[in-house]
Amino acid sequence: MLQPAKVKRTNDFAFKLANVNGTGSASANGLLMQAIFRMGIPVSGKNLFPSNIQGLPTWYEVRVNGDGYTSRTPDFNLMVAMNAETYAADVREVVSGGYILYDSTWPLDKALHREDVTFLGVPLAKMCTDAFAESRERILMKNIVYVGVLVALLSIDMDVVVKILDEKFKGKAALRESNHKAIKLGYDYAIDNFQCPLPIHLSKLAELKDSILIDGNTATALGCVYAGASVAAWYPITPATSVMDAFKQLCTKMRRDPVSGKNNFCIVQAEDELAAIGMVIGASWNGARSFTSTAGPGVSLMGELIGLAYYAEIPVVLVDVQRTGPSTGMPTRTQQGDILACAYASHGDTKHILLFPANPAECFYFAVKSFDLAERFQTPVFMLTDLDIGMNDWVVPKLTWDDNYKPDRGPVLTYADLEKMGKFFRYSPENDDGVAARTLPGVHAKGAFFTRGSGHNKFGGYTEIPDEYQEVMDRLARKHKRAAKAVPPPIIRNQTGSKIGLISLGGCDGAVREAVDVLRAEGITVDYMRICAFPFDDSVDAFINAHEKNFVIEQNRDAQLKSLLVTETSVSKDRLDSILVYGGFPLSSRHVVTGVKKKLGT
Amino acid sequence: MASIKRPAVVHPSLAKNELGLVIRDYEGAMSTLCAGCGHDSVTAAIVRAFHELSIPPHMIAKLSGIGCSSKTPTYFVSGAHGFNSAHGRMPAIATGANAANRALTYIGISGDGDSLSIGLGQLCHAIRRNLNMLYVIENNGVYGLTKGQFSASTDLGSKSKRGEPNQQRPIDPVLLGLSLGASFIARSFSGDKTQLVPILKAALRHKGFALVDVISPCVTFNDHVGSTKSYLHTRKHRLQVVEADFVPKEREISAEYAPGTTTSVTMHDGSVVRFTKVAENYDPTDRTAAQTYIQGSQEKGEIPTGLLYIDESTGDMHDTSATVDTPLATIPLEQLCPGSAALERFQSAYR
Repeated sequence: MLQPAKVKRTNDFAFKLANVNGTGSASANGLLMQAIFRMGIPVSGKNLFPSNIQGLPTWYEVRVNGDGYTSRTPDFNLMVAMNAETYAADVREVVSGGYILYDSTWPLDKALHREDVTFLGVPLAKMCTDAFAESRERILMKNIVYVGVLVALLSIDMDVVVKILDEKFKGKAALRESNHKAIKLGYDYAIDNFQCPLPIHLSKLAELKDSILIDGNTATALGCVYAGASVAAWYPITPATSVMDAFKQLCTKMRRDPVSGKNNFCIVQAEDELAAIGMVIGASWNGARSFTSTAGPGVSLMGELIGLAYYAEIPVVLVDVQRTGPSTGMPTRTQQGDILACAYASHGDTKHILLFPANPAECFYFAVKSFDLAERFQTPVFMLTDLDIGMNDWVVPKLTWDDNYKPDRGPVLTYADLEKMGKFFRYSPENDDGVAARTLPGVHAKGAFFTRGSGHNKFGGYTEIPDEYQEVMDRLARKHKRAAKAVPPPIIRNQTGSKIGLISLGGCDGAVREAVDVLRAEGITVDYMRICAFPFDDSVDAFINAHEKNFVIEQNRDAQLKSLLVTETSVSKDRLDSILVYGGFPLSSRHVVTGVKKKLGT
Repeated sequence: MASIKRPAVVHPSLAKNELGLVIRDYEGAMSTLCAGCGHDSVTAAIVRAFHELSIPPHMIAKLSGIGCSSKTPTYFVSGAHGFNSAHGRMPAIATGANAANRALTYIGISGDGDSLSIGLGQLCHAIRRNLNMLYVIENNGVYGLTKGQFSASTDLGSKSKRGEPNQQRPIDPVLLGLSLGASFIARSFSGDKTQLVPILKAALRHKGFALVDVISPCVTFNDHVGSTKSYLHTRKHRLQVVEADFVPKEREISAEYAPGTTTSVTMHDGSVVRFTKVAENYDPTDRTAAQTYIQGSQEKGEIPTGLLYIDESTGDMHDTSATVDTPLATIPLEQLCPGSAALERFQSAYR
């Protein structure tokens, strides 16, 4: 029997699973996540997958932390090394005193041996060959066998695992049997051969009753359903595809007309992103709540018509699940590289409203908010998430819905309004937001007007006269400014009076919050502001001015959020500095801690 | 449309349609196109078609892209909702608009640059979706607004104003439509309102994508000797393959078939298209045969015109999407929101 190293860590460790894509590891890894979540332990899973269908390396990282710090960590206490091709790198990645679980059907290359870690060999392939007849099953079940081994090693609650399997394979007896058998095979092997549990293990906490485990793309789609979106147009693209997949599934469940059995929604898979955004514009022009979901390359293609929507003042909701650019970049890696491209998308003077949700729960709420803002300000609204938020499962507070929610449709003239009024002009008069009432086609003869992307005056008529053109452009700028008070305000944590401020956005939030605590423990006190939207509210300027040094932490090379802050606030550039991490993996608190310390020279 | 200013007074003798509206109620702003432009004649035909079909102006959505042709929606039905969008992007805007409100009548006006070059992809996919709209291509084989470049519909060997011959093969919208499965395809000539008006009426009543290619000469840049899209060339070489008459539903019961009627096709709303003259060996309901015939005819230098193909059996985008009959845009959002209880139920699967 092997003697494990004595580093005791209960509910505070990370493990990584190295797999080959297309072998069924995703469902095994999901099972582990769900079981740990149901044990009441805060957990996160980061799927680092290749842009490929079958045969390339793929990793799944799980971090458990009883205190709720679940941003990505680069320190792994246990590696489940299932991919011989990446053995060398995987073995290297385990921290000293950690463990490596590997398939001992074949001997491990001696050159890979490390003295400071414990190797746990399980003959997974052999066990599956002996236990299962079909070749595909033998491959798939290897994953479930290692889940069984981990159940014993990490003391994952077996009852919880069994219950999840029963739920998952309800009505599929054969599959259920195989999975049960595989789990037990692994579990028994570990009990018989290792000292279980390992010093790194789990201990059940109070059930996370008020939380769910969900990915951001599903939550985004759910938000669109709840906002009442009825037309969606899109073009398949990683990592945004699952937004529309989820929207379709949700609509099929929640949006069928009970009487006719027909759909209260229309989803169009467009021929490209140019068309997808055009369809959203057409649908919104006609009064439906409509949206598209895409990633950076799609935003580039949509640029032309985003300008049309901006200038003709048509509400548009665009979800950008950011991936690593430029060009094709790394489609399965995360980044926050589209901030500037979205803020000023399209030619000419354009400026848009951006929302930056930090987790799947905010994806839900911000998606609803996006529609309200788009209609209130009659303009495109971008919700910028990223691959990490969109495609990974996160533990978030249960979503709530106020049944008294009244959608903000902005100024829209009804039949009765039009019946009463004299002549209708599309862009005049304006309300306090700088927005003029619109009409919807087909409602009333008096509401007819000519929408154009060409120069127009405040009455909606074609113009090439400088003053008339500028008058409209100035109102559009005013309108954008007004939106600063309507978008989600920044979230400012711990106003300590420190001279140092951290500023970040979106999916960086977890890592930055952890870093704030780590820094405090090391004697460095910092304040933290998370930007939730653009245009910036005055409170953003105030926070920056209250701190001598502000470190803007973001996941792109060119400091895009910082640039936007410099351009779009009144603050002095000297107060802002950057900590940039943009390699494609989710941010970890260590990046932030070392980044801040380096800047401070400590 | 009007090329010249007219008095505001409506003459009492003007015929009223079922809505009590006269043809002037379907006109638009003054045209700013060149005098003699084919597009203005197409506009006049569109005005007549809408008037005769008694479609309420505010229930019409008129859309376009960019180009001379795309300016024309301003010149017809002022009371309609207009959308002059971006170059080549009108089909997508129309698709979204139609998805949101299926109760409106959609007309898109495009040109050969807008449809066959920059917007070719969108045109093809609107056809594939069988989007319920009338799509008019005002085809003059030249870029007018940018002053005379060849377009994708310029025929091989057709000469520019400077005498330079075109060396690339053209894209023919009719053959394209046939190959992509378009359910209504016609070609006409701006100079022949007798042929064009019934085609437009049938196209507006067609449930699905009605592609109407209208040869519409550009008097400024493409009406010279050597051009195959000039008035003279078109008049000389055009061949009426079929003559079609549109009979609205309400008149069908009493009307008798005109002599020579060979085929009639009943449309979704009960209107009928009667083919009064059909060329020998031609069948406007046989896609493959039509394709062969038209290709052969064009190879001989002829310009086959008429309602060339019709298929009333296919469903439109809403049929394939199984959308409710009520326009989606008119369903109150409260009705589309599943509410808190459903959210609670949904989340039980995310535990």
